[in-house]
Amino acid sequence: MAEYEIPELREIPIIPKIKEGVMAHSSPFVAKAPIQTAIGFPGELVDNWEGKLLDKMDDLRGRYRSLQVYLDSCVKCGACTDKCHYFLGTSDPKNMPVARQDLMRKVYRRYKTFAGKFWGKLGMPWMVGAAELNKDVLDDWYSYFHQCSQCRRCSVYCPYGIDTAEISMAAREMMDSVGVGQKYCNEIIGKAQTVGNNLGLPQPALYDTLEGLEEEVEEDTGVAVKFPIDKKGSDILLVTPSADFFAEPHVDGLIGYAKVFHEAGASWTLSSHASEAANFGMFIGSYENMRTLSQRVRKAALDLGVKRIIFGECGHAWRVAYSFLNTLAGPWDFLDQNYPIPQHICEYTYDLIQNDKIKFDKSENDHMTITFHDSCNVARASRMGDKPGGQFDIPRAVIKAACNNYVDMPEDTIKEATFCCGGGGGILTDDLMEIRVKGAQPRMEAYKRVVEEKGVTNLAAICAICKAQFSKVLPYYGFGMTDIISVHQLVGDALILSDAAGDDDSDDSDGEE
Amino acid sequence: MSTISVNGKELEVDEEGYLTNLNDWVPEVATYMAKDEGTELSESHWEVINFLREYYEEYQIAPAVRVLTKAIGKKLGKDKGNSKYLYELFPYGPGKQACKYAGLPKPTGCV
Repeated sequence: MAEYEIPELREIPIIPKIKEGVMAHSSPFVAKAPIQTAIGFPGELVDNWEGKLLDKMDDLRGRYRSLQVYLDSCVKCGACTDKCHYFLGTSDPKNMPVARQDLMRKVYRRYKTFAGKFWGKLGMPWMVGAAELNKDVLDDWYSYFHQCSQCRRCSVYCPYGIDTAEISMAAREMMDSVGVGQKYCNEIIGKAQTVGNNLGLPQPALYDTLEGLEEEVEEDTGVAVKFPIDKKGSDILLVTPSADFFAEPHVDGLIGYAKVFHEAGASWTLSSHASEAANFGMFIGSYENMRTLSQRVRKAALDLGVKRIIFGECGHAWRVAYSFLNTLAGPWDFLDQNYPIPQHICEYTYDLIQNDKIKFDKSENDHMTITFHDSCNVARASRMGDKPGGQFDIPRAVIKAACNNYVDMPEDTIKEATFCCGGGGGILTDDLMEIRVKGAQPRMEAYKRVVEEKGVTNLAAICAICKAQFSKVLPYYGFGMTDIISVHQLVGDALILSDAAGDDDSDDSDGEE
Repeated sequence: MSTISVNGKELEVDEEGYLTNLNDWVPEVATYMAKDEGTELSESHWEVINFLREYYEEYQIAPAVRVLTKAIGKKLGKDKGNSKYLYELFPYGPGKQACKYAGLPKPTGCV
């Protein structure tokens, strides 16, 4: 199946012995000039790139106080070393979070600290953990900063709270600024900025796809569940990852959202202008690109005259939406202030459940025993509801409302300690398959445990990347590619639809509070 | 830039073997690419490839998985209108492998 060794799934996970340089060959395709220039970066490695990269470092240190603190404050305690799924899966010591940070830190020390400048001039920068910036260092950056999924697990265990994700984002931004960008992320950002979504689905294709889904659901259920798009005057704008239109198991989640809206009698719409929740601008640390993408959501909300915005199942989209949307695309004073701005689809469904507005026939999901994979960006970079830990409890409560059989994976692999799926942070691309497979090992080990001990049959998630990644890597570990499902597929399959006819002219969404 | 040699012509492909210029496509491209990956194209493969090309012609994008399974189901019977059938034909994924043979760009994003 692959030219590399697939990690073993062991009963008791043991920290591997280090194998230096085993992943040094892993490096994603470089973006060509047209992709780079389309999103505001130089087309190829610029002249005097060393100086320009260091200037960018200054710019980012000035913009983000956090980056400066992270570069200065590591005490090499080692708490992070065995926390990264890529280190655990590959044994490459440069995948220890501290080593990944040090790729940048040693350059920072050499050029931006007194000690580094002093020892650097004497030709001994290593005396103070500093190093010269050269092409080899840049290549190392390109390789190892694309072996980080920015999942922030290491930051949970760091006594100083150093967030490798932010360092990795900054590194990618610095590389982009001198003309070295990753094809996968940057091509997608360009598409989302021109067509409106990562897949490049134009409006007619979206319309056709949604029409097909309406027919499918009506055939299946006998109920005319609608998938409205570009419908002006709707109450709710749903912004969801474009994979929900395109791929499996994502699409079953979309069907689930539509059924929930239908049953709640909500007036909702999708938008072809903002037909993407994902925001890959975050993965490459580019504030400007992140902002451009977020502005599409604002424009769609204004053009359609909606009162609320709800985000579908997409992990990093929810981080951007929950944490940054106001800065990037606010103020949202034109929306209904009685609801969270924005709201997560799980919060929406949860409220309906709490208020008894929707009912389930849980036996529809009795053929499965479910476990929930906490997606990194939801777990560690956002929240849901109005209580701490809502991002863990609400999706679980939604699943349990729709299923009789639910089991959690081991405690140290879920919630704030969750392991990344192995494909987050802009590395969900075929040219990085090896690191994706190896990085999935810790999650697969935890999954195997509940499969064998508790009879778990399926893994549910609320992130398009997790879903795509798992359907690819599950088979490498002996599981079925269809083990991974959308949380709202469980919801949709068990939801009892009242046989309301012709209710696309729905009343006001007074359904939930 | 790499190329493949089809009908005596050198055609440009990207790093992953997808045609760079969609207009370069001729049926022999599909045969060539499939053979390269150890597959002999059957009538069933062609049903999918032809549908992908027709859809792309109209919508400038590959069809979503449910659009594809529905169309194949209509044409070849309900038992074949599912992704299990498509994965049997294209083990590397109908979206990616079949698109490549059909000369379409690779679907991007979280898929």
